[in-house]
Amino acid sequence: MTRRTIADRARGFLREWSIPRQIAGQSHRDEAARSSLSRDLRPRLEEADTVGTGICPYCAVGCAQRLYARDGRLIHVEGDPRSPINQGTLCPKGAATFGLLTSPQRLQHVLYRAPHADRWEVKPLDWAMDRIAALVKRTRDETFVRELPDGTRVNHTLGLASLGGATLDNEENYLIKKFFSGGLGMVWIENQARV
Amino acid sequence: MPSLGATYGRGAATLPQWDVANADAILIMGSNMAESHPIAYRFVLQAKQKGATVMHADPRFTRTSAMADLYAPVRAGSDIAFLGGIIRHILENDLWFREYALHYTNLATIIDERFRGADELDGVFSGWDEEGRRYVYDSWQYEGMTVPSSLAEHHVNTTESFNDETKRLSHAPVPQDLTLEHPNCVYRIMRRHYARYTPEMVERVTGCPADVFLKVCEALTRNSGRERTATICYAVGWTHHSTGVQIIRAAAIIQALLGNVGRPGGGILALRGHTSIQGSTDIPTLYNMLPGYLPMPHAYKPHDTLKDYLEIEETPTGWWSNFPKYAVSLFRAWYGDAATPGNDWGYDWLPRIVGDHSQLPLTLAVRDGIIKGLFVMGQNPVVGSSNAGMVRRGLANLEWMVVRDFTETETAAFWHHGDARPQDIATEVFLMPCTFAGEKAGSFTNTHRLVQWHDAVVEGPGDSRSELWFMHHLALRVKALYAGSTDPKDAPVRHLTWDYPVRGPKQEPDAEAVLKEINGYTWASDPAERRQIADFKDLKDDGSTACGCWIYCGAFPADDHNKTRDRTPDGPDGPGTHLNWAFAWPSNRRTLNNRASADPDGKPWSERKRLLWWDAEQERWTGHDEPDFPEEKPPHFEPDWDSKPTGMDAITGNDPFIMIADGKASLFVPSGLKDGPLPTHYEPLESPVPNPLYKQQGNPTAKRWEHDDNELHPIGDPAHPYVLTTYRLTEHHSGGAPTRSVPTTAELQPEGFAEIPPELAAELGITTLDWVVLETARGAIETRALVTERLRPFVIDGRRVHQIGMPWHYGWHGYATGDIANVLTACVGDPNTSMHENKALTCALRKGRLAR
Amino acid sequence: MTALIPDESALTAGTTVRPGRRYGFFTDTTLCIGCKACEVACKEWNALPADIPGLTGMSYDNTVDLSADTWRHVLFVEKIAPQAGGERVTTMPPFQSNWLMMSDVCKHCSPAPCLEACPTGSLFRTEFDTVVVQQDICNGCGYCVPACPFGVVDLNLSDGKAHKCTLCYDRLKGGLEPACAKSCPTDSIQFGEIDDLTERARGRVEELRGLGRDDAYLYGAPGTPGATGGIERLNAFFLLTDRPEVYNLPEHPTRPAERFAPGMAAGLAAVAGLTLAAALLFGRNGGGDGGRP
Repeated sequence: MTRRTIADRARGFLREWSIPRQIAGQSHRDEAARSSLSRDLRPRLEEADTVGTGICPYCAVGCAQRLYARDGRLIHVEGDPRSPINQGTLCPKGAATFGLLTSPQRLQHVLYRAPHADRWEVKPLDWAMDRIAALVKRTRDETFVRELPDGTRVNHTLGLASLGGATLDNEENYLIKKFFSGGLGMVWIENQARV
Repeated sequence: MPSLGATYGRGAATLPQWDVANADAILIMGSNMAESHPIAYRFVLQAKQKGATVMHADPRFTRTSAMADLYAPVRAGSDIAFLGGIIRHILENDLWFREYALHYTNLATIIDERFRGADELDGVFSGWDEEGRRYVYDSWQYEGMTVPSSLAEHHVNTTESFNDETKRLSHAPVPQDLTLEHPNCVYRIMRRHYARYTPEMVERVTGCPADVFLKVCEALTRNSGRERTATICYAVGWTHHSTGVQIIRAAAIIQALLGNVGRPGGGILALRGHTSIQGSTDIPTLYNMLPGYLPMPHAYKPHDTLKDYLEIEETPTGWWSNFPKYAVSLFRAWYGDAATPGNDWGYDWLPRIVGDHSQLPLTLAVRDGIIKGLFVMGQNPVVGSSNAGMVRRGLANLEWMVVRDFTETETAAFWHHGDARPQDIATEVFLMPCTFAGEKAGSFTNTHRLVQWHDAVVEGPGDSRSELWFMHHLALRVKALYAGSTDPKDAPVRHLTWDYPVRGPKQEPDAEAVLKEINGYTWASDPAERRQIADFKDLKDDGSTACGCWIYCGAFPADDHNKTRDRTPDGPDGPGTHLNWAFAWPSNRRTLNNRASADPDGKPWSERKRLLWWDAEQERWTGHDEPDFPEEKPPHFEPDWDSKPTGMDAITGNDPFIMIADGKASLFVPSGLKDGPLPTHYEPLESPVPNPLYKQQGNPTAKRWEHDDNELHPIGDPAHPYVLTTYRLTEHHSGGAPTRSVPTTAELQPEGFAEIPPELAAELGITTLDWVVLETARGAIETRALVTERLRPFVIDGRRVHQIGMPWHYGWHGYATGDIANVLTACVGDPNTSMHENKALTCALRKGRLAR
Repeated sequence: MTALIPDESALTAGTTVRPGRRYGFFTDTTLCIGCKACEVACKEWNALPADIPGLTGMSYDNTVDLSADTWRHVLFVEKIAPQAGGERVTTMPPFQSNWLMMSDVCKHCSPAPCLEACPTGSLFRTEFDTVVVQQDICNGCGYCVPACPFGVVDLNLSDGKAHKCTLCYDRLKGGLEPACAKSCPTDSIQFGEIDDLTERARGRVEELRGLGRDDAYLYGAPGTPGATGGIERLNAFFLLTDRPEVYNLPEHPTRPAERFAPGMAAGLAAVAGLTLAAALLFGRNGGGDGGRP
């Protein structure tokens, strides 16, 4: 990289300074006044190296979005103009999708609260998964009922429950229902459909 | 949505949202569409710019009302009186669409002579069992035959042998009198039933002036018929009642009478509130169903063996006769090679439900310590659940709880907020960061059954993971813990198929592999040998196909084609059904029951409202949408009744409602609904007034969950004189965690408030921004007053009734905060759905603050 | 590689963006549902901070006013009982009525009083005929603030500079519709070339009047209220159905003449000395001060 000479800098300064341009005939209210920031301005979407198709995470209208990212970081989220539903538009919640994904209030780590503790502690993800799996087995084994006293087959546990699903993917709902119901025998499985 | 399911055969919006732009009139009721679904409202405005009349009936004047031609104020919880009045207006003035309703609905069908209506029995129907607080359904049946429900639970309790009775559907056409003279035909029954729903009565019950009500009737009927269609849009303003299902039923009856179903610009648009709430109903994280609206085996129903289950839940006529194929294919998908004919395809491994395990009783079971371990994934019940104070206190009785969310929700923080004493709470709590769409791939199903894929574009922060990751890795861990078990109770865990490929350093499961299983494939032990199935017509009941959710068959029709990711809309020249934009269940059909868009001869009712028609040359149905009808069944097809036809062979060429046993829209519902065959006005369980229409005050079958922690107010309780309704704002979402945590949305509605009409505010000396206390038997909260003319006092049956409103988004977490409105609400519910009644309750109101 | 849909504004606004043409907003209040998507889309795109001052009690308006941090602001006026103490309405004229909502924004006036008041050349007229504060030039003198007849321009306390709507100058350069207009669910905010928008707006007034909305009129289009006092037109103009004051708009905005003409006289001698450099660096170019004709 070559060093900028004093003369280069002076030239740059003169180029940035409006007055010589005005004297050269440019209007002091438009071209002559244009700063380097203005001259080089571009929409930051142009910096994206990845664009994905997205669906708004809020209500059930199903507005399509485009997600722009560079180097694995989100740049922005906008309505997809091709969608026959939203045609590029978004409501105030959908328009804040970028703000949601980048919210300073997002959790980064697993927080754990031990019985009777008065604070959270940060725990490794693997530790939490192992602990939860062990609790699932313990509670299931303690509460599983094969048959009612009258001999009616039930094959279920009333000791485990799950809430949520309406904000999740179909594939996630499928695995929840398949594993919790078809595997563990849980019957308390509900989502926001009744809320 | 049992209401639309019971009436039209499928519990989902009948039309795509964009089709609302083709409506000539739009009635929005039970929905604040402009605020809760602004982008869907876009199509209302497009229709309006083409000349459509827009009507909004609602307890509050909202941003939706501000754009309407007509605003009909109605007291919260009086919707059936209003809609029943419209039905009466249509019938008494002969404004129904004769050719349509006569052929496509059960208007002419003759009902059992033992039937007695609520008009005769002062608010209950024949078959009422006072002791059991339930109905016996025999007298509601068609004359001489028992009709199974089109809902997930086909079986209904009757006193006779259900199976033998229903088989008679294959013996002869349903009994009808097309002259409508028979005293027990549905038409006559409905005229008697709705005779008392006069405009004057509508005004007495709803508070809506009779002349305004009549303007709604006039606009709706004027814009229905061959040349014109009207759409009705609703949301949780209808479902959140102890009569929610019957409110929607009333609308469904109106649309069927007016010939507005299955046609462009006509139908019922159910506006649902979460991004994949339709998907999580189709692939249900719900207690009472298996994927694709198959009933969950029930310990107290004749579901003992697979044979019993299939026989009792298969409907002899109509599309549901395919039930066994869908059930067996599901069991194959879940239990793989372990599912054999010898073990009933693993049917016995499924858990049996024993009662109502829905959200409200779930929260009570947590409160009572029955439930020990709870997963909460993307839900915030301490804000969003009825009787939220009870819910919050109840969580302390859990042994452990896993909350998966993106921030510390009120639910996750129950143990350290307010009056909670952490040292006394033994619950072990895990708060695990989740990822959002955009950080994970998968599909959402929108409010009109459109299944749309979203990509993973970036990684979620830190240790955040998708629920797919969580469920996959939890299942692997738990399966490993049970791997050596020989206990029969552990067989389902061990045999559950779980071979999803994972990717990348985080070992994220491949969501497309899961969608492929949901879609279905030909069964092979080796995943490489499986072939995707493109249509549910190819599913079998012999174990040769595996399918996780039959109605999603076609979403991933070929190994390299994820149709939910298709992104080609129709151009400006149409046709505007956008068949190449994503996938809509079933079979990419965009408008349900679209056979009804053609007349009985198969011709479009009018050029203006063309959608599907019979092409006599090609001998098939053709048009702008995928036919929701057998493609090659001619319009004049008649079943050969001598051969005792079953399945679709028993459905004529002009029966568009193929999911219903007789192919006709059920104006009168003989089976499946627990509170009556026809919508009837009952007061909300908490009401300031006696029922002006019947001696029966409230829905006799409503769920109450009597509990010390869940008390209700008596009728006309002077201590709780005001009607309270809760609702959403456009600026916030649901339990509020996402929008309250984002500065740009939080600032728009930064604090909780209650809306109070000026007349009541003056009585109580309240001005805007004053602190006020709202109180019910369940709890008390404080908030700020917003005095506004958008709320108005009602005169109900001669008495002035004040109504106040409160958004329910707020909690203590985030940038926008406020007291939790659901502390005031109660666990009571609709008998069919167990949906709560947070849209209409009573409360006390005073100026001031709570002592804390 | 560009990730953008080429000329995306053709899809979202039915117009392509090219330098040298005049662009602006037509805000049709009769289509506004007060959802505030414009406010959010603006803040998310321009990375503007939220204020969160708390509940104001002013209907559903909690952002209160246009400011250095709020470049779109939705105003709410409740008149459900049109006369004081009168009956609450049930039957209403078509389109927005009885609860007025309007998304306010910088008017990008032509000529622009703020620009005329700016002594540094920070405020300038872009190649799209919009008016922008250049943050790399603004010295925070604040002359533009009182010059604006609409109270739009505001100094930010944290950086001391003037801020306002740029009509998404960066987006326009990439062929994108401004964020607020793109997001607007009901097309109440329409972006386009001024002449097209003006024609469309006049047609909309005619259409509304044909439907009995005799109260519909344009504010800020040439020859209409709002385009007064030396301001020829507002490049962001409005369709209103009540008096301007009801929408917090001045009935007769005026341009404060040449009060703040650039104080360059003292520097003229220095300027003369630079003429040679100017001649070396730049060719001749035309220009005007009141926006392009």
